[in-house]
Amino acid sequence: MKAQKKDKQVIKSNKISRRTLLGGMVAAAVLPVNSIFAKHVQTGPHIAPEPPEDPTKTIGPGPSAQGKRSTFEHPVRKFSETSSRSPLQDFHSTITPSDLHYERHHAGVPAIDPQKYELLIHGMVERPMKFTLAELKRFPAVSRICFLECAGNFRGGKEELTPQEILGLTSQSEWTGVMLSTLFREVGADPKALWFLAEGSDAAVMTRSVPVKKAWDDAMIVYAQNGEAIRPEQGYPVRLLLPGWEGNMNIKWLRRIELSDEPYMTREETSKYTYPVKDRIRMFSFEMDARSIITFPSYPQKIMPGWVEIRGIAWSGRGKIEKVEVSTDAGKTWQDARLQDPVLSKAHTYFRHLWQWDGSPTEILSRAVDETGYVQPTLRQLAEARGTAMGGYHMNPITSWQIKTDGSTLFKPE
Amino acid sequence: MKIKIVVGTALLGLILFHQVSAQQPVPSTHKNGTSYPSRFGFGRLATTAEIALWDIDVRPDGKGLPAGQGDVLKGKVIYTSKCMACHGNNDTDLSKIKLPAPVLVSDTLAKSRPTAIGNYWPYATTLFDYIRRTMPYNQPGSLTDNEVYSITAYLLYANKIIKQNQLLNAKTLPGIVMPAKKLFIMDDRKGGPEVR
Repeated sequence: MKAQKKDKQVIKSNKISRRTLLGGMVAAAVLPVNSIFAKHVQTGPHIAPEPPEDPTKTIGPGPSAQGKRSTFEHPVRKFSETSSRSPLQDFHSTITPSDLHYERHHAGVPAIDPQKYELLIHGMVERPMKFTLAELKRFPAVSRICFLECAGNFRGGKEELTPQEILGLTSQSEWTGVMLSTLFREVGADPKALWFLAEGSDAAVMTRSVPVKKAWDDAMIVYAQNGEAIRPEQGYPVRLLLPGWEGNMNIKWLRRIELSDEPYMTREETSKYTYPVKDRIRMFSFEMDARSIITFPSYPQKIMPGWVEIRGIAWSGRGKIEKVEVSTDAGKTWQDARLQDPVLSKAHTYFRHLWQWDGSPTEILSRAVDETGYVQPTLRQLAEARGTAMGGYHMNPITSWQIKTDGSTLFKPE
Repeated sequence: MKIKIVVGTALLGLILFHQVSAQQPVPSTHKNGTSYPSRFGFGRLATTAEIALWDIDVRPDGKGLPAGQGDVLKGKVIYTSKCMACHGNNDTDLSKIKLPAPVLVSDTLAKSRPTAIGNYWPYATTLFDYIRRTMPYNQPGSLTDNEVYSITAYLLYANKIIKQNQLLNAKTLPGIVMPAKKLFIMDDRKGGPEVR
């Protein structure tokens, strides 16, 4: 199995190098054509001509079928065999470009034909029903901006870590689809149903049990992400969206929902996504607790003495971010950061704090406070509350950056 | 509670809109459903056969377990040919071997490491459900129900939870009490200032 995974990796890197090579060849072919005809030639991928000395003296390429990033910008996900992380340090606001949305899946990304796609809803309902993608799109639609976050989102342990490496398993999109409550009315959900099972059509046939009250609150069946069809890695053609709840429950490639009077105790909600709390194991932690991270300055960036705008994101699965406090003296004093409007419920909220750095070494930190009054805890507070063997799920400690005399920034592992 | 307030506000908004002023913005109705028909009539009834094809889940009370049965010895043979390459030979010391998949056998003490079936899985039915839906990794969903019963039996035996001669079927599997079950607690946090 390992060999097979490695093969996939090799194939992936072959693809990348082949494409890069192709891009290079096209660019080489285009370079000498420095005329109005250039736009007719420049239809291939990854055209990166040398920019002219003075762009006002050269006619540029014309319109094209599909836009591309500036050839000077290279934001990328950092990926392993099972997940990829969003480059949080490259974002200036809170919508994650869809191709940079984090991924976590358990048996690869399935290819699903939207023409053959159907969603089955059955169990404790009056009418077990199937809906095609076209039928789902006929229902009244709703759009909502909210974050997704893997419940295992947090890495520490060394100083040379970027925000992407520490906390890159979170992203934010504007999702569009139908409220699950609309579909539950359509099938005649039994009021006695307390749970529903959501099941994916990937090779993991991923399943999670979800309380029915989430369906009557804000759960959605979504087919669009940032205005276009959902990306394959995010569940094309249809996924479950449970705003504020741990990523794993937002079942991708959704094929089936079964209403029930009991939870199913699937592998993912028992042997995974649970964690030791003192001498017990806590399960069914659905909401993602409030947290924040400073994305600028961060490793490996360097700052200069003078005015520095500290920037970052904060979010809570329990509602709106009430405030974000920033400390520039290693946690001795705290000041309120400015929050970017609009502050949305269960959404990444961008914060900024203006700081005059005098060049002396220090530590900068941020802590989020949500509308329930929850204050993002320190790692020590979490350890005191849960014991030291608390595992890797639902860990949301305050993170701290060390600023060195030369302006370099390093993560502070605890 | 919050939903009720939202619904209430939206209803009030609707009433105001209709009775008081046409200048009021149209209130969002996506959470209250009051302006919706009871049904849209989109979609179609699913057939029994269609439901049976996909309805493969198994609950702790045994609901969803199929006919058939398995035993420890057959399970060990299947494990050796279809599972061992990734999960390791449980008759050897796996503590120093780097496996491509988690080890599945532990003792049954809660505090011991690594976490595996014996010391961490709260329900035996979960084993059947998970193995049937997605294992083996390179041929997901290819095992027969009897094979799944047998592998489940072998893994429960290897974790010292059942005896070697116990047969597993839809009647016996839900009755098995897992050692870790008593350790599990539901998260009852509701937000607010307390860190727990």
